[in-house]
Amino acid sequence: MLTFLVRRVATIFPTLVFVSMLIFGLQQLLPGDPAMILAGEERDPSVIAHLRETLHLDKPLPVRYLYWVRGVVHGDLGESLRTQQPVLQLILEKLPVTVELGAFAIAIAIAIGIPAGVVSAVKRGTAWDYGANIVALWGLSTPNFWLGIMLILLFSVTLGWLPASGYVSPFEDWRANVASMIMPAFVLGNAIAAVLMRHTRSAMLQVLSSDYVRTARAKGVPESRVIMKHALRNGLIPIITLGALELGTLLSGAVLTEQVFTIPGFGKLIVDAVFNRDYAVVQGVVMFTATAYIVLNLIADVAYAVVNPRIRYQ
Amino acid sequence: MPIRTHRLRFLLASLLFVISAMAAQAQTLRIGLAEDPDVLDPTLARTFVGRIVFSAMCDKLFDIDAKLNIIPQLATGYQWSADGKALTIKLRSGVKFQDGETMDAAAVKYSIERHKTMPGSNRRGELAPVTSVDVIDPSTVRLNLSSPFAPLLAQLADRAGMIVAPKVAQAEGDKFGSKPVCAGPYKFVERVAQDRIVLERFPDYWNKSAIHFDKIVYLPIPDSTVRLANLRSGQLDFIERVAASDLPQIKSDPHLQVSKITEIGYQGITINVGKSDLAQKNPLGRDPRVREAFELSLDRNGIVQVAMDGEADPGNQWVAPNNPFYAKNVPIPARNLVRARELLKEAGVTNPSFTLMTPTTADAQRVAQVVQAMAKEAGFDVKIQSTEFATSLDLADKGQFDAYVLAWSGRADPDGNIYSFDACKQPLNYAGYCKPEVDDLLKRSRTTGDLAERKKIFGEIAAIVLKDRPIIYLYHRHWLWAYTDKLTGFHPNPDGLIRVQDLRFR
Repeated sequence: MLTFLVRRVATIFPTLVFVSMLIFGLQQLLPGDPAMILAGEERDPSVIAHLRETLHLDKPLPVRYLYWVRGVVHGDLGESLRTQQPVLQLILEKLPVTVELGAFAIAIAIAIGIPAGVVSAVKRGTAWDYGANIVALWGLSTPNFWLGIMLILLFSVTLGWLPASGYVSPFEDWRANVASMIMPAFVLGNAIAAVLMRHTRSAMLQVLSSDYVRTARAKGVPESRVIMKHALRNGLIPIITLGALELGTLLSGAVLTEQVFTIPGFGKLIVDAVFNRDYAVVQGVVMFTATAYIVLNLIADVAYAVVNPRIRYQ
Repeated sequence: MPIRTHRLRFLLASLLFVISAMAAQAQTLRIGLAEDPDVLDPTLARTFVGRIVFSAMCDKLFDIDAKLNIIPQLATGYQWSADGKALTIKLRSGVKFQDGETMDAAAVKYSIERHKTMPGSNRRGELAPVTSVDVIDPSTVRLNLSSPFAPLLAQLADRAGMIVAPKVAQAEGDKFGSKPVCAGPYKFVERVAQDRIVLERFPDYWNKSAIHFDKIVYLPIPDSTVRLANLRSGQLDFIERVAASDLPQIKSDPHLQVSKITEIGYQGITINVGKSDLAQKNPLGRDPRVREAFELSLDRNGIVQVAMDGEADPGNQWVAPNNPFYAKNVPIPARNLVRARELLKEAGVTNPSFTLMTPTTADAQRVAQVVQAMAKEAGFDVKIQSTEFATSLDLADKGQFDAYVLAWSGRADPDGNIYSFDACKQPLNYAGYCKPEVDDLLKRSRTTGDLAERKKIFGEIAAIVLKDRPIIYLYHRHWLWAYTDKLTGFHPNPDGLIRVQDLRFR
């Protein structure tokens, strides 16, 4: 096990180095001079020169890369040139917001998608099935930003039930927090709900026609028990895998949803940083995400190895 | 019985809580901004939106009124020396910084020197002619200049005239922007990037009778539809930069009011007349007759109606026609397609083609499309090249463009709208325009303190520059603000800032 662990951890470092090079290299492909955009409207040449020096833009690319890597190794992701706040602080401030939004969205997606899928499979070919399919198609084909604006107009402007945008920390006021999360989480969860619904439906249809379900029915098990205990439990296995894969969709969707609802999360942080050419923030955020992804993968691999001895002896 | 008493107490306590919460709410002004400001240090700040927040936090030596007159703020008066090389400023007495420190001549000297010497200072260029600052007595300072500089007062009515608390500024260094301390009506409380900036009333403000809110919260909401939705749903009390297309909707809402005023900036089309080799390769950059034909093909009223929903004043100069410095000797030319075609014939290019680079903002895109359609009628083939803003700036700086739709937020003194754009080799001179006689006139406009003389010089500059057309000015937008009908005391100012003095709920 130890050998496996050492071997697996050892692969992380070259991966991280490669990722850091990729992030840094790709960043350089962004057109536009960051010093110029950061210098503001006046574009005073002395300010541009100062910014070039601060950003090490006057140095060759490899030297700039080393400057940055030296900081990253010491846990210093640099400072936002626009607001002067440390990048790590910005990340730690914004990450929980996006995680909360994602969790809410997943909860909404599950709450809508799985029951709709089950109903659609059980009532196959009926109005229920067609209705659920139409809703799913609508969920898949509605752009996030349009749905967001429509919800704001309905629930904030016309009915006045929910705040139009913004974020309140749950530690400050949990009710306001929930109120500020409902619409964005629905928008984000909506598309995932549709995917979940479609997959739950097909998984359920498959399971419902299997032998053990027929046996259960033949034994006189009540239909609700057949569906919930026998069919759904087995049907859920591929859905869980799919749910995990949809986490990626969630993050990319959060970028747009956070823009529409002005939620100060991870997505908004990176989009604003790209447009403002705030290099330190872009690099820091992408590096942080990549590292988190690699570490989570490692944990998953180790967990597999713990569960399945065959893996660690390979 | 005891249970019932408890319930009653609880009910009363809840009621009190709700009432007090409502009262607290009533004393907070929530303002929706179109962008998130950059660093909140007057020396380092670079963005327009930052100036909105500063206007509640950092008083300046001078301010400008709605008619662009310079009025005193932390100063009470000023005196130019006979040779125009020294400006003596009398300061308001009894003014305190938000940390309790006294705002005096030494503090003014410190701030001006900080603006001039701090690495990365954006104020250095604005204060370039200031060579030294003398403290005459605690309430008098003298700014010594290398040469007379007429726009100095206007500079001191902006961020260069903001006085920071010396002790805090010294202690914080370049981190001052994370907890700025000035002598304005509101003090900084907290900032959550991209979410909010919270300020609270400074009780010892020198003009406290004009301040009526306990707290101001600025919320950056970039999407104008969402910003308006927040106002309509009562989440915000005030929004800036309202989209012109939203005005009918706001006007039909009895709970909202709108204010507007013509900006001090402009929207124009910069033409590459000498920035790079490209200028000579295109008839538009090469031949002034082609530029004149292009201008004559445009109907400015039409552009304003179609692209701006009528919310702008057509203009042909760096200042709007209602500005005291507008050169009346060069009026707005009317559209004349016959003359435009004649000019093209004279130039030997009946069907000139060029690329119009346009940032991806909605306004700029619409302007480009209308311009394209209008110019086509005179024979121009305009190709629109939509380019993300940072990239477009980079291309403009390198001279990789034929024509470029570019707006300028404007400065109170006309010098700020023309010098850096039309004087040789200046940082904002994307056109690559350079004419020694214009340079001489521009320099003279800076050294003359006499208003009539300055107007005359700007008239002479207009007569040359507007004929050469490095920039074809199109219009001056209206600043549009919308706010709850409960709010009173808002005075629109052409600089687009939101001054918090006199603002209160009915």
